[in-house]
Amino acid sequence: MTAQKPKLAVFKFASCDGCQLQLLNLEDELLPLAERVEFAYFLEASSRASDGPWDVVLVEGSVTTPHDAERIRKIREQAKFLVTIGACATSGGIQALRNVADVESWKQQVYPHPEWIETLATSTPIAEYVHVDAEIQGCPVAGEQLLRVLSRLLLGATPDLPVASVCAECKRRETTCVLVARAIPCMGPVTRAGCGAICPALGRDCYGCFGPAADANPASLVRHFEASGLSRTDALRRLRHINGWRREFRTLADALETSRD
Amino acid sequence: MSDASWGGVTQPSPGHPEAPPAQWLPRAQLQGLLDALLTRGYRVLAPVVRDAALHFDELKSVAELPVGWRDEQGPGRYRLAHTDASHVFGVVHGPGGIKRHVFAPREPLLQIEMDGPGQGFRAQAVIPAPPRTALLGVRGCDLAGLAMQDRIFLHDRFPDPHYAARRAGLLLIAVGCTRAVATCFCASMGTGPAPSGHYDVALTEVEDGFIAHTGSDAGRDLLAALALARAGAAMLGREREAYASCAGSMQRSLPREALRDLLYENLSHPRFDAVAARCLSCANCTMVCPTCFCHDVRDEPSLDGASSLRVRDWDSCFNPEHAQVHGLNFRPHVRERYRQWLVHKLASWVDQFGASGCVGCGRCISWCPVGIDLTEEVAAIAAAPGARS
Repeated sequence: MTAQKPKLAVFKFASCDGCQLQLLNLEDELLPLAERVEFAYFLEASSRASDGPWDVVLVEGSVTTPHDAERIRKIREQAKFLVTIGACATSGGIQALRNVADVESWKQQVYPHPEWIETLATSTPIAEYVHVDAEIQGCPVAGEQLLRVLSRLLLGATPDLPVASVCAECKRRETTCVLVARAIPCMGPVTRAGCGAICPALGRDCYGCFGPAADANPASLVRHFEASGLSRTDALRRLRHINGWRREFRTLADALETSRD
Repeated sequence: MSDASWGGVTQPSPGHPEAPPAQWLPRAQLQGLLDALLTRGYRVLAPVVRDAALHFDELKSVAELPVGWRDEQGPGRYRLAHTDASHVFGVVHGPGGIKRHVFAPREPLLQIEMDGPGQGFRAQAVIPAPPRTALLGVRGCDLAGLAMQDRIFLHDRFPDPHYAARRAGLLLIAVGCTRAVATCFCASMGTGPAPSGHYDVALTEVEDGFIAHTGSDAGRDLLAALALARAGAAMLGREREAYASCAGSMQRSLPREALRDLLYENLSHPRFDAVAARCLSCANCTMVCPTCFCHDVRDEPSLDGASSLRVRDWDSCFNPEHAQVHGLNFRPHVRERYRQWLVHKLASWVDQFGASGCVGCGRCISWCPVGIDLTEEVAAIAAAPGARS
C-alpha cells in the first residue's frame, strides 16, 4: 500500500509508569495514532516488541543504576529522535532525593541483602548521559502535550511546547491567583505551563510538578514566601521535590541550606 | 493629553456642563435596568464575587451583584471583605476586567483543511458569533483600556475581524469610582475616577441610588424605558465631590507628561538590574493589564495531518519565546523584558498609539506575586536620573 509507518518506541527507566500511562490514556486518539505510527516497542501496551532503529523514542524514568546508563546509550544509538517524558526523565524525579542523602546507609536500612544491590549514588536525568532532542516536563506529562509533540513530529515539524509559567494558564482560564488573593505559597510563577493550572483551579498551591519554567526566578519567589512567614524547612520542601534536581531548584535549595541558621 | 487621545468616540464626563441631563436611578430600580437589558435580548455581564475575587459573569438578578463587598489591594495583595454597607459596586475591580470579553484568551482564527496528500489546502476564517452583550459595572480605567484595544485591533489598516465580532454591539454601562484602593492611580493618568470616553450609560453610586448619564442613543433608549426623574443640582454637586474626594485619596501616581523622556534617557539605569532580581517573569502583570495585547499564533495540526487549527493565545513580553526569532532571543534576560514592558507601556506606546499604554488601574501592582510596583520603579529612576549600570 503506502510507505512504512514511522516506528515509535517507549522505554522505561526508574519511574512509576505514569507517563507511559498518559499515552495509553489517550483513548480517543489511540487508534488514529496507531494508524499513523507502528508501536514497535511499548511493553506497557503490548508484549510484542521489535528491535530498532526507531523513528521516535519516548523515554520515561531516570538513570539510577550502571545498567541504566549502559542501556540508554544503546537506545540512543537506535533512536532517530529521542524525547524524554516526565519529571524522572527530565530532572531525576522524586528519587533524586537520594542525591542529597547517604545512599549506602539507605541501602543498609531498606534491604535485607544490601550487598545484592548495585546502584548509583545518584538519580539523574537522561540528558546527563545522552543527547536528548526534546523534553516533555510534568509528573505525569500531560497527554495533550504528548499528542501535540507526536502530531508535529509526524508532520516533520519541531515540537512547540510552552516554556512559560503556570500563571499564564491561571489567567487564561480566569482562576484567581491563590498567592495574591489567599496568601497560599504557590509555585506557579516559577513552574512550567502545560498542566492547565489544575491545582490553583482547585484553590490550592501549585507544587511544581511540571518543573521549572524557562528563566524561572525561584530565589525571588522564595524570598517572598519567607517574608510572608513560610519556614525555611517548608521553603526547602517546595524546592527539593519532584523536580528538585533541576539546576534552577537545586542550586537555590543548596544555597538556602548552607545559609540556614 | 485630552480624553480624545483615548481613541474612538469621546463623551463628556459626568457632571460636564455639555453632558445631557443626568437622571436619578433609585437602587430599587436597578433590577428594572437589568430587566430592560434582558428584554432587549442582551446577555448581561457584570461584576460578581467568585473564587475570592471580582469577575465579570453572566447576571440574571441584581441579587447576584456584590452588595456590601469591598476590596483591599496592595502590592502583591488582594482581599475581599463583606461589610454591612448597602453599596452595590463597592469593589473597585478584580484581576481580569473586561478585556477577555473582547480580546479572548484563546481565539481560533483559521480552520485549515488539506484537499488531499500532496495537494492544496483551503483555509476558512473562524469568526466568533457571541451573543449581544451588555457589560454592566465597567470602570473608567477599563473604558480607557477598551478604547486602547479598539485603537490597536480596529483602527489600523487591517482591522481584526475576530475582535471586531466580539466588540460590535457591545453595550457599555460604566460605573464611576467613588472609592479607590491603595494601588489605584487613574487620576494621574487621566482615565478616572469618573468614567470618560465612550460609554452608553454611566452611573455614579451615591447613598441610595445612582446618578445616571447617557452617552449614546442606545443608552438614552434604555433609560427612557425606566422613566426616571432628572437628577437635581444638589445631587450633581455631591457627585462632583465624590469624584474629587476619590481622586484626592489616591496614594499613587505617575508623572504622565514627563515619563516618555525620563524612560528613554534611562535605558541603562541600575534600577532595571534591581527589579530583574525580583521579577519572576511570570507574565501576571501583562495578563491583567487592560491594554496589553500581545498574542501568540500557533498551528494545531490534527493527528492525521489532514487539517489544522490556527489559534491565537494571550502571550506576554515576559515569556522567553516572545523575543525568540529565528533561533536567537533579542531579550535574553529578565532585565530586558521588564525594561521592554515598562518603557513600551509608558513611553514608546505614546509614539506608537498616541497615548500612554497605562490606564492607572494598578492591577499590575496588585497581581504581581512579589508586589513589584511600576510607580515605585519610575520614582526610583526619576530620583537618580542618568545613573548607569
